[in-house]
Amino acid sequence: MAQVEETHLPKEKIENPRVRMWKMMFGRLFQNKLAVFGGVVTFGLIFTAIFAAWLAPHDPTEQNYSAVLQGPSLEYWFGTDNLGRDLFSRVIYGAQVSLQAGLISVGIALAIGVPIGLISGYYRGFLDEYIIMRLTDAMLSIPALVLALALAAVLGAGLTNAMIAIGLVLTPNFIRLIRGEVLAHREKEYVEAGKASGISDFKLIIKHILPNTMAPIMVQATLAIAAAIIVEASLSYLGLGTQPPDPSWGSMLANGQGYLDSAPWIALFPGFFIFLTVISINLFGDGIRDMLDPKMK
Amino acid sequence: MISFLLRRTGLMIVILFLVSVIVFALVNVLPGDPALLILGQEATDESLRALRAEMGLDQPLVVQYFVWVGDLLQGDFGQSFRNNTEVSSLLIQKIPVTLQLTVMSFAVAILIAIPAGIISATRKGTLWDSSATVFALSGVSLPPFWLGILLIFIFAVTLGWFPPSGYVSLTENVGLSLWYMLLPAVALGVRLSAELTRMLRSSLLEVLESDFIRTGYAKGLLEKSVVFGHALRNSIIPVITVSGLQFATFLGGTVITEEIFNIPGLGQLLVQSILTRDFPVVQGAVMFMAFAVIFINFTIDIVYSILDPRIKLTGGSN
Repeated sequence: MAQVEETHLPKEKIENPRVRMWKMMFGRLFQNKLAVFGGVVTFGLIFTAIFAAWLAPHDPTEQNYSAVLQGPSLEYWFGTDNLGRDLFSRVIYGAQVSLQAGLISVGIALAIGVPIGLISGYYRGFLDEYIIMRLTDAMLSIPALVLALALAAVLGAGLTNAMIAIGLVLTPNFIRLIRGEVLAHREKEYVEAGKASGISDFKLIIKHILPNTMAPIMVQATLAIAAAIIVEASLSYLGLGTQPPDPSWGSMLANGQGYLDSAPWIALFPGFFIFLTVISINLFGDGIRDMLDPKMK
Repeated sequence: MISFLLRRTGLMIVILFLVSVIVFALVNVLPGDPALLILGQEATDESLRALRAEMGLDQPLVVQYFVWVGDLLQGDFGQSFRNNTEVSSLLIQKIPVTLQLTVMSFAVAILIAIPAGIISATRKGTLWDSSATVFALSGVSLPPFWLGILLIFIFAVTLGWFPPSGYVSLTENVGLSLWYMLLPAVALGVRLSAELTRMLRSSLLEVLESDFIRTGYAKGLLEKSVVFGHALRNSIIPVITVSGLQFATFLGGTVITEEIFNIPGLGQLLVQSILTRDFPVVQGAVMFMAFAVIFINFTIDIVYSILDPRIKLTGGSN
């Protein structure tokens, strides 16, 4: 009997609708070739960053004065810099710095921005309209890089402080995004129903509104990681981010700029990897956005 | 209209006030004693105390803030710690340099974005369209400092067509000045042009579907006059809005571009003063940049409300 049923009912019909939705969304993601490319490269870079210690053939800070400014070779795939350090290893460890900077600073921005955005959007009123929103206006009027520079100078140079500075600079964007989402949701029936059934505001916000705003937050967070990586590289280029001898793509670029005529590989490899990382994350982020909402383009 | 103007001006003043609080707070938690910076390590306690009193640094922070804002409103930005010059004269000296970079970068951005946006919207789905889209995608992901170094490597170091860095002022030699500034302008303008291409494409695609465009074609107008005479004009507003919103990011880009090409503008001044803890200059430069951003967005809002009476004040400037 069971056999008969199986042949008569097409598989899709007995499939869980939620599973089907996910299948459909991932189908859409996998059709988008650019997004697949972005995703593959992004996960490749994450893999590289995690396993840097195993993948790098040399110690990234080890100086070899008998092999200074050498071009790419079998021994040194990306060549060596002015101190005889292996650029391939430094680029691999640089991925660690960049991705860490991107993830942690966006994490900081989310940790501050999500609660403020939720409260601001849900309760509205004076605090929202006159304090929080105007403060985000003010913060967004100062160029992000300039604010990050000033904050990094206040906190002192170094990767940790740079990540805190970038996180703070990214925060107003998240506050505005989440507040806007909450404003749209708070008028919906399910929120009314929640209120009518007497659950607390806290539970309503955390268990019902927040999950409904996850999609745009995820997309924005992905794209913000790319922006954060650029700002970290800029700060390191200017000497306020990762400190020598630790490898950061930004500081490697600054160092390599002085050798463009004699050893261009010093600048070109880290620069190319900044570009590759940022474009991959952007493509992947755009892909996720289209996956979650095909109407948004 | 008048109430809109008043509210928008009020909003601008509130934001400027908050920016001044942020800038003041930022700089006053910077580590380092300005008096010690000026007089050096060998200074005696007495002379340090005397200088602190003279500079008002012994006053409570709130008092210092209001003194600073009061001076600011009279156009007095204070004095640089490093060489005793007026911050305002430093700013006046540097602003034209950054302005030249800004104008040239915008010119580059527009020269790329308008044709690219028009081609990709009117030839939707063709190879032209996909190349423009790929350009827009990669342009947005190209940090100006990486593109700058790439341009220096290709056009200055390898081909030798342009100088690798430096600056000549417009008053000194117009041709040479433009020639020195071209690579930096491209490095900075490409990212903006990518953003504008994306925006123009989608806005133009939307406009091209409206009834008045169909009417244009129906009465026998050439594609050229439909696109340039009617569609472009109607699709440009969102593009201008985006340029306004992008202006803050753009100014951030000038900072790093000036560092890379060694251009003595506002950005380089800012970086140097941050690295040497020259607080009055940091405050002055950041205030000026924020003011420029706020003022440009204010102007765009006002011009729109005049052009299009349907636009109402709904939110902030950003």
